[in-house]
Amino acid sequence: MREALIAIGRDALGSLRDLLPIVIVISVFQIFVIQQPAADLLPLAYGALLVVAGLTLFIYGLRMALYPVGETLAYSLAKKGSVFWLMIFAFLLGFGTTIMEPALIAVAAEAADVAALEGVIEQSENAKWRYALGLRLTVGVAVGVALVLGVTRILLNWSLPGMIIGGYIVVVLITTVAPREIIGIAYDSGGVTTSTVTVPLVTALGVGLASSIRDRNPMLDGFGLIAFASLLPILFVLVFGMLV
Amino acid sequence: MEILAASFRLVIDSGLDVLPIAVFLFVFQRIVIGKPMPGGRRIVVGFVFVVVGLGCFLVGLEQALFPLGRLMAEQLTDPAFLATSLFAADLPSWAQYYWVYLFGLAIGISTPLAEPALIAVALKANEVSGGAISVWGLRVAVAIGVGVGVSLGCIRIVTGFPLHYFIAAGYVVVVLQTLVSPRLIVPLAYDSGGVTTSTVTVPLVTALGLGLSAAVPGRSSLLDGFGLVAFASLFPIIAVLAYGQVSLIRGRRTAP
Repeated sequence: MREALIAIGRDALGSLRDLLPIVIVISVFQIFVIQQPAADLLPLAYGALLVVAGLTLFIYGLRMALYPVGETLAYSLAKKGSVFWLMIFAFLLGFGTTIMEPALIAVAAEAADVAALEGVIEQSENAKWRYALGLRLTVGVAVGVALVLGVTRILLNWSLPGMIIGGYIVVVLITTVAPREIIGIAYDSGGVTTSTVTVPLVTALGVGLASSIRDRNPMLDGFGLIAFASLLPILFVLVFGMLV
Repeated sequence: MEILAASFRLVIDSGLDVLPIAVFLFVFQRIVIGKPMPGGRRIVVGFVFVVVGLGCFLVGLEQALFPLGRLMAEQLTDPAFLATSLFAADLPSWAQYYWVYLFGLAIGISTPLAEPALIAVALKANEVSGGAISVWGLRVAVAIGVGVGVSLGCIRIVTGFPLHYFIAAGYVVVVLQTLVSPRLIVPLAYDSGGVTTSTVTVPLVTALGLGLSAAVPGRSSLLDGFGLVAFASLFPIIAVLAYGQVSLIRGRRTAP
């Protein structure tokens, strides 16, 4: 019990540390630059408290349940599993972790609001909900495919820089034919996906794989997976924008 | 009663978000590995924490981070505020919003410095490079990269210049730098792009961009408002690669 409390306390400090620079910078700007009577502080303070508490519980729970199980599974499958199950695992891992990534949930909801406001989709809760979910599912599938591609690359030892550079060339080409209103959302989704939930588990998969094959550098191969996971969502969301 | 119903809805929603990964891990553990979950009760309790935490975080986001980002964008672009800011009247129209760019710079620089994941990466880099890459050097490089990225991203929103030109040009720079950088720093640099955009920073920066595009005349939220996160992931790569080249050159000079 005491250990659990100490662990929660440590996670709470971590979440506070994430929020602190933002609070400081905004306060400095409010006091010295904007110099207006402060807006209604109470709901903001309440919201900030919820952010810290929520993030703390979230990360504490991840450490307790998701990380150990996911890491052990990733590691043991990479070590001795069949290639078939490894690929299925890689896809589902990418998909599942991306769907629960908090930053993506937030940005997808924001994107749906803006799309409804500017008349791209219908101005209703239902349409917005469907648009946000469609966006998240697209990004989830993209990260899943990225991990399958990344694992294949590690197994067959394909050149990473070549694939990444080729990928970005394809992204730029598709951008020229994609509807203009999806471009910003698509490029942002690349940075949003690789976050709290995804990175540790993907790294475990990469390290497990690289250490089970001889003459591989775990650091280099783990990094390759993340690089794909940032690239493919851009591509998939651009295509999503063309279809919607 | 209303609050109860809302919280219930919330728990269901975030429960559904977490459900796919929970089911899939369970099935894999059972069928492919063929063993029951180790520490079953602990896992269940952990998932309950994850669901409740996710729900609280999303509400807090809606209450605090999104409004804050929008509020800052609105206040710093308010015509009444611009009229009081120094020399604004003498500057070209895009430059009159210089306080927004400074705010983006400050947020971009300060948040990565507090990021635990980045500290871990920096320590590892220092160890692997045998001290050639200093911990603080790498952290400062990333922070400057994110700061410049967010700031430039704000300028882009105000000017309405197409996002993909910037990004394509940025990646050309990254590719050129990759060709001449020490091999060791390349994976670190690429990683630093993903590491810096944390769960707290992303929503705030997104709201800042959307607020800015709504406040500046002639800009559309949909066409111009997004893209700050992309900038914040791209520029640290450039900054860290540049830092790697500089420390390589310095190392050569000091070597006997």
